[in-house]
Amino acid sequence: MFFDPTAVETARFIARQLANGALVTLQITFFAQLIVVSMSFVIALMRLSPWRVLRWIATVYVEILRGISALVLLFYLFFILPLFGISLSPMTTGVLGLGLTFSAYGSEIVRSALSNVSRGQRDALQALDFDSITAFRRIVLPQALPFMLPPMGNQLVELLKTTSLVSLITLSDLTFSGGQLITTLGQQTLIWSIVLVCYFVMAWPMSWLVKRYERRVTSWRRSVAAEGAAS
Amino acid sequence: MNFDYAFAWSIVPDLFQGLLVTVQVVVLGFLLAVLLGLLLAIAQRSRLCVLRRLSSGYLSFFRNTPLMVQLYVLFFALPLVGITLPAVSTGVIGLGLYYGSYIAEAFRGAIDGVPAGQWEAARALDFDSATTWQRIILPQALKPMLPVLGNYLIGMFKETPLLAVISIPELFQAAKQIAGMTYRYNEPYTVMALMFLAISVPTSLLFKYFERRSHA
Repeated sequence: MFFDPTAVETARFIARQLANGALVTLQITFFAQLIVVSMSFVIALMRLSPWRVLRWIATVYVEILRGISALVLLFYLFFILPLFGISLSPMTTGVLGLGLTFSAYGSEIVRSALSNVSRGQRDALQALDFDSITAFRRIVLPQALPFMLPPMGNQLVELLKTTSLVSLITLSDLTFSGGQLITTLGQQTLIWSIVLVCYFVMAWPMSWLVKRYERRVTSWRRSVAAEGAAS
Repeated sequence: MNFDYAFAWSIVPDLFQGLLVTVQVVVLGFLLAVLLGLLLAIAQRSRLCVLRRLSSGYLSFFRNTPLMVQLYVLFFALPLVGITLPAVSTGVIGLGLYYGSYIAEAFRGAIDGVPAGQWEAARALDFDSATTWQRIILPQALKPMLPVLGNYLIGMFKETPLLAVISIPELFQAAKQIAGMTYRYNEPYTVMALMFLAISVPTSLLFKYFERRSHA
């Protein structure tokens, strides 16, 4: 079969650029997810804490970050903070902005999963005089985790998709690489379609795993419910 | 950095123009998304395997790719197939196609929530499938959908800054233009953020009120 050598060269150029971009996208997703997971737990525990001040701070955090769109927050961090003398690199801005936005949603997931652990379990913990750290680590968390993981996984897919926004603050992620290729090669429709497929290839396996896990967890729950109804 | 109130006040009319475009795109996009979501959810329950496959394929593709890149593709691909639309319509279609896939999932959940007995009763009473959907299943499924739809409406509203990338003159674009012309970033972006809150908070409260009333 005959290949046009320049076409092959162009295809390799496109593949290399997009692969570099995809790597940056995955990096941002990874670091932002670290912030999301840690902040989600901190904020969720603050919202469930007995001190009113902590609860209040956490509520304000969640409401404000959920009210502002990720793009606006990124622009705020990138263009307004330098005016106050704080300049962050685009990478830090991207990771921080996305991490903060998604942690507001994540904290709600963690909170509802934690408060899903039944009242009896909590009473038992008190009766057996567990200290609160052991109680959380050994009793509450293992029971809350199956409720938490599927929505967290879906959120990770959302995060991966939302990283495309960082191309607007000059970070060279997948979308940005696509834009650059278009300035050098033209072919807007073709290249944007390839970029679209790249995102799909990265996100779809994750969604698939989440779906599978969710089905396994709920099938266990369903069978217990069926037994409960039968007995 | 000081905040110039007189300047902030002077840019309000320009930003308000942008806000109007934003609201228009969101409302039209939302209607399209609800319609599409409903059709996709019904297709998921269809007896035809092809329809079910198509609908699932649509859902997983649109849910696993970023809206921004979808907008780019739409913006450049539609003219290629001979459809030239103003940017605003492309925005409406883009938002509708993307959110349709999410709303379809919500509809599917609500439809699954209708007890199986209702389907069996409809079958026993020999209703045809159009009547079953229209008079029995959908009215029961729609009621718990309301708060979910409200959340999506607010979510869509917050996504609209993205439409600036395909040059729609919405609120974010207006703020960016003012910032670009005057080199003042503080006031336009702050006024923009306040305008976003001024729409999304009342909408959120309104849907909460609907929800409480439907529970009562």
